[in-house]
Amino acid sequence: MKRLIILGAGTAGTIMANLMRRRLSRAEWAVTIIDRDNEHYYQPGFLFVPFGFYKLKNIVKPRARFLPRGVEFIIAEVDRIDPAASKIVFQDGSDLPYDYLIVATGAYIVPSETPGMLDGWRDTIFDFYTPDGATALADKLAAFPGGRIVIHINETPIKCPVAPLEFAFFCDDCLRRHHRRDKIELVFVTPLPGAFTKPVASKTFGTMLDEKRIQMVTDFNAERIDAAARKIIGYDGREIPYDLLVTVPTNMGSEMIERSGMGNEFRFLPTDPHTLRSKKYENVFAIGDATDLPSSKAGSVAHFQAEILAENLMRAIEGKPLEPAFDGHSNCFIESGKRKAILIDFNYDVEPLPGRFPFPLVGPMPLLKPSRINHWGKAAFRWIYWHILLPGRPIPFVPARMKMAGKKRPAETGGGTASGAGGAKNEKKG
Amino acid sequence: MPQKQFGTAAAVDVDAEGFLADFSQWTREIAAAIAKEEGVGELTPAHWKVIEFMQKEFKENGQVPSVRKLNKSGVVSTKELYDLFPGGPAKKAAKIAGMKKPEGCV
Repeated sequence: MKRLIILGAGTAGTIMANLMRRRLSRAEWAVTIIDRDNEHYYQPGFLFVPFGFYKLKNIVKPRARFLPRGVEFIIAEVDRIDPAASKIVFQDGSDLPYDYLIVATGAYIVPSETPGMLDGWRDTIFDFYTPDGATALADKLAAFPGGRIVIHINETPIKCPVAPLEFAFFCDDCLRRHHRRDKIELVFVTPLPGAFTKPVASKTFGTMLDEKRIQMVTDFNAERIDAAARKIIGYDGREIPYDLLVTVPTNMGSEMIERSGMGNEFRFLPTDPHTLRSKKYENVFAIGDATDLPSSKAGSVAHFQAEILAENLMRAIEGKPLEPAFDGHSNCFIESGKRKAILIDFNYDVEPLPGRFPFPLVGPMPLLKPSRINHWGKAAFRWIYWHILLPGRPIPFVPARMKMAGKKRPAETGGGTASGAGGAKNEKKG
Repeated sequence: MPQKQFGTAAAVDVDAEGFLADFSQWTREIAAAIAKEEGVGELTPAHWKVIEFMQKEFKENGQVPSVRKLNKSGVVSTKELYDLFPGGPAKKAAKIAGMKKPEGCV
């Protein structure tokens, strides 16, 4: 009996367990998935917890419920991968050999990477990327008397890169509804040169921040935090005071990857950006937030990667050449307040552009523009996540590779990064 | 593709933001000229240590190394890096070293 091991039963790992169990012969292949606990959080839901829209119980289910029959689920702490011996070593010293391994161990916030951050942790400094962080922030916000709220991205890359923007938009919206907006100053601090990495979307989001009177501080890299004086101090000497700091600390891969000697400087696994195979080990593949790919760290990306990884894993097993098919496709709903949301759809080569999705002209969803239907799209996504995405079923009309149809490039401004690339010849003028 | 002339060197291809389009066209003279333009001033041995490490990484991996990588490699601490290349070390050092603009992960 041969064995496929999947490390991590989050979004990416669960989808892979479902896809691979369907494709691998039950007579020849055992599929084992390993995680440290049995709680699967719907991570996009964390954003809604601080504002009281969701409670944790609305966004958590047992991991085991989403794994198919014929997949062995082990709850245990893994000490390391021994890639030379093709085996997993558990913390109790026991081990389990594999023929193929999928690393789907995700990304985590690491506040200890910034000197001083832990001094004010859950006192005046909060995160919303963890269940307990989001819950603690809900209590803090409810009791917040007024002052200066700083929303801060410490270092890129982070998972769900648009979440801090959504947090800022939600904050503004909630405060307005409670007639408290004039008592609170909102500041958005980023190490990027603008509200987003790519020019067209950066301009759209920058304008929205401006309209909502949310100040933006760009190119800011935190050297340390003085929690007693409540200020962030940048490497360039700039200081940003706060009354409440909502931070996205440095994101890193699992410590287990580091113990295995397999990670880069962020503990992410060096992975081929198109085939999803480890750059170093032939029988190791990686998916989702655990990789070092320059694609977004987001559930939609894991979903698009899964289809391609399943195909490539089968090809590797059958001794065929891999298909370098992953294009960096990402698709995100961004809550913009007032029960509207923005949809963006992009890949390695094509930045988020305006247009219609998934069908040209008719949509029904507009791209890069706030709309009611996108908000309902995001709300419906929680159901889609549990019932379509995790079981590894295709989402209707949304293929793994990005489509150019329906997208509109802005009039040439000279700085276009979205030149050429796969879908350009399919471009339709809307 | 726009072209740009640095000092007395032959004109080279650059992108819209002045990053060299072709790393093989890079020379030390070009580096010195970009450093002046970017407000970095005269390049000292400490600057060159960073530039050479970045170029070695770029040749080996095809990626512009992150500030975190520079710090972890022991070549230069993050604080020193900001002192050497004030106002955006990753971007400025990459530009001076003749590499493409660092890809912001989305």
